[in-house]
Amino acid sequence: MNKLNELTNQQGQLEQMVEDLLAEAKSQGASAAEAGVSKDIGLSVSVRMGEVETIEHTRDRGLGVTVYFGHRKGSASTSDFSSDAIRETVRAACNIARYTTEDPCAGLADAALMATEKPDLDLYHPWNIEVDQAIATGLECESSARSLDPRITNSEGATLNSHDGLQVYGNSHGFIGGYPSSRHSLSCAVVGQQGDSMQRDYWYTVARAAGELEAAADVGRKAGERTLTRLGARRISTRQAPVVFQAEMAVSLLRSLIGAISGSALYRHSSFLLDHLGRQIFPEFVRVHENPLLSGGLSSAPFDSEGVTTRAKNFIDRGILESYVLGSYSARKLGMQSTGNAGGVRNLAIQPGELDLDGLLGEMGKGLLVTEMMGHGINMVTGDYSRGAAGFWVENGEIQFPVEEITIAGNLKQMFAGLAAVGKDEERRGSIRTGSWLLEPMTIAGE
Amino acid sequence: MSTPIQIARGALLAPAELEDRDLDRVMDQLLGAEIDAADLYFQSSRLESWVLEDGIIREGSHNIEQGVGVRAVSGEKTGFAYTDEILLPSLMQAGQTARAIARSSGQGEVHIQGVATPHQLYQPLNPLQSMTEQEKVELLRQLDAEARKQDPRVSQVIASLVAAHDVVLIVSSDGTLSGDVRPLVRCNVQVIVEQGEQREQGSSGGGARQPFSFFLEQDRALGYAREAVRQALVNLEAIEAPAGSMPVVLGPGWPGVLLHEAIGHGLEGDFNRKGTSAFSGRIGERVAAKGCTVVDDGTLPGRRGSLNIDDEGTPSQNTVLIEDGILAGYMQDKLNARLTGVASTGNGRRESYAHLPMPRMTNTYMLPGDYDPQEIIASVDRGLYAVNFGGGQVDITSGKFVFSASEAYLIENGRVTQPVKGATLIGNGPDVLTRVSMVGKDLELDSGVGTCGKEGQSVPVGVGQPTLKVDELTVGGTNT
Repeated sequence: MNKLNELTNQQGQLEQMVEDLLAEAKSQGASAAEAGVSKDIGLSVSVRMGEVETIEHTRDRGLGVTVYFGHRKGSASTSDFSSDAIRETVRAACNIARYTTEDPCAGLADAALMATEKPDLDLYHPWNIEVDQAIATGLECESSARSLDPRITNSEGATLNSHDGLQVYGNSHGFIGGYPSSRHSLSCAVVGQQGDSMQRDYWYTVARAAGELEAAADVGRKAGERTLTRLGARRISTRQAPVVFQAEMAVSLLRSLIGAISGSALYRHSSFLLDHLGRQIFPEFVRVHENPLLSGGLSSAPFDSEGVTTRAKNFIDRGILESYVLGSYSARKLGMQSTGNAGGVRNLAIQPGELDLDGLLGEMGKGLLVTEMMGHGINMVTGDYSRGAAGFWVENGEIQFPVEEITIAGNLKQMFAGLAAVGKDEERRGSIRTGSWLLEPMTIAGE
Repeated sequence: MSTPIQIARGALLAPAELEDRDLDRVMDQLLGAEIDAADLYFQSSRLESWVLEDGIIREGSHNIEQGVGVRAVSGEKTGFAYTDEILLPSLMQAGQTARAIARSSGQGEVHIQGVATPHQLYQPLNPLQSMTEQEKVELLRQLDAEARKQDPRVSQVIASLVAAHDVVLIVSSDGTLSGDVRPLVRCNVQVIVEQGEQREQGSSGGGARQPFSFFLEQDRALGYAREAVRQALVNLEAIEAPAGSMPVVLGPGWPGVLLHEAIGHGLEGDFNRKGTSAFSGRIGERVAAKGCTVVDDGTLPGRRGSLNIDDEGTPSQNTVLIEDGILAGYMQDKLNARLTGVASTGNGRRESYAHLPMPRMTNTYMLPGDYDPQEIIASVDRGLYAVNFGGGQVDITSGKFVFSASEAYLIENGRVTQPVKGATLIGNGPDVLTRVSMVGKDLELDSGVGTCGKEGQSVPVGVGQPTLKVDELTVGGTNT
């Protein structure tokens, strides 16, 4: 079986399914409809302590349809692709629409916003990896971590994932589009021991094309190094201190920003950034932008989940909130227009600064470097922020010792306003890219 | 009424005309040289949800998911494949793929026999059909009205109703065929209150393995609406939470999420077999104060976390995890039980046919003690009284865990005084329960809202506890 062409050859078939779903919806009386069909084929191989642990062959598919009877809406989905199930699914969606309320904001995105060009964004690089090769890669990765130091005493293993997907979306404006994509990753997590206490840490690499993954030995080595640096962690006393969020952690702060300027939070009045459009929320040096059309980007897409053209834009420029994150429904609720963000932001990035992580620590002088956070202690209505953390205590710009079992607390609005610098050490492995952030003092609770 | 096995056969095998001898064939092919165990997990799920927002029934959705997961285990190795076509050729192909975990081929011989489930903790009903659509949307409208009439400051109400009907059939290499029909309903109300420029939120809800009528009994659903508003109004008055280590009194019920995070995950069999848990190798040791007994009980009738059988066909049971402060046992699935030479405790669970089972909690709670809750609060000079929580998280290796309070108060001179803003509490799993100095007599279980995530898989769970006093826990507020 040649995996290489398996999905691309199915695009026509999936497009036909979307057309059939839309036709079925129309024949059942819907005035408008939209449908999506997706398939995903994957291999996941895990090794642990030098042995194979699991080999999983994944094969997922799903189709979903939303129907509109005027401004009443119903949705249904299924993993069963038989023609009976498809009819039943459309019928279920239509039945639901009999009971939902007339909602003037409900409906397809405006026809004028539909993507007319669907550029090839270079998202599909299938990897014909055999199970044996995946095992060998995992073993090399884990071994690199375990052989690093005798204090690495145990392992949660290494996992190689390779997934190819195909998705097609269409609606009754006549829009139809689809594209295949691939995603491959390698991760490793090991356990270190010092005295009675154990620490675990991990590293991973992810890319559209296998050739862009970090080398297996490097992934393992970083997982091991990160684990070792955490050994001997201790608590610190309760205090106020400036904080550097290492790039991977700073991603979550940008995610909170996006949550707060998302249409659904705004029209529900459940955001701490309500009515902040055009207002200064970050210092002037801050620019946050998205580039959905980035070639080969991990979250690139030529159109959003409603068929609307995606485009590069600023959300924050010179510290000012320039745009909300809107799909068609929330846009109408707010009396605005979709920003092409149905389904989220794509390749969002904050403009990197001049300093690397060491430079930021030097700038901070004395404070906390946060390298891990736990829990979900964020109140998006008020911006109140309180999360479990682990990291390193820093003095004179130098790491002194690892810390754990502390919390950091503040308010996101003040944290954003108090952003002192962004590093150039960009985390690039997800839909959000950022360097590390240096923030003004927060409350650290500990002993 | 049909038994769960009859219903499961009818829903999963009959449409494809699959007979027991076909299942024998699939299992025979799966087994053989080097394969220690194998199973087939047939599943058909229907999920329906309704959402009210801004006073209107905004959306509803219906989801069908079905398929078969095929697993072959050889020593510590697992091969896994699944198909969403419940047809013999697809099953045979998934079997071939899964058994490739073993190098040599072979053929086993299995004759499958149905086994009845020992419990009937819930009725094998379809909750989607337990109320008409008209009644469902009417209930949501009542929740909206009930919330809004509590206080003019209520500006937004989001109410939802969800029902899941899950039919599973499990064929195991020991020759057993077992089935379960699992209803699950859930209702949630979230409100936003506004007072001038200030806004706050509150939410409440519940659920059970019951028909929707559960929400009409004992005024439950309307109670969620009132409770959500009450919490939001309390939070409008909240002052900064304290920061630092202090005595914490946890209210009864949902604050039992402490047990789930602090010790529950650390006592799952997979982590302990691998030695990656802070609790590894500590059976028989003191991990909690005297008077603390914690169980994981999948056999409570109708509870969200309960199961007649787990996802490997093992009957659920009541497992003592900590007995009077001493670590008594781990939660096991078949794989980890076999590798460590013990029996499965009926904790093998999976999110769906497309996921591998692993040891998971069911309903985890602490048994009651002797203290009056008022007496417990009165014993604290300065501390925190936390009664409602969002979620939590744990690092099972270091043992550090967090859980986030969404409703909490200061205790000053033995009295509950001002409400404080939400704050995350952090502690160390293996010693937090050694600092429990008072256990209340007011055991409560949560209202049926818990969902536990592990390695990307979500399953419904329950928690519970009586009022507890922890002498020292770190409170992550802003007020130093």
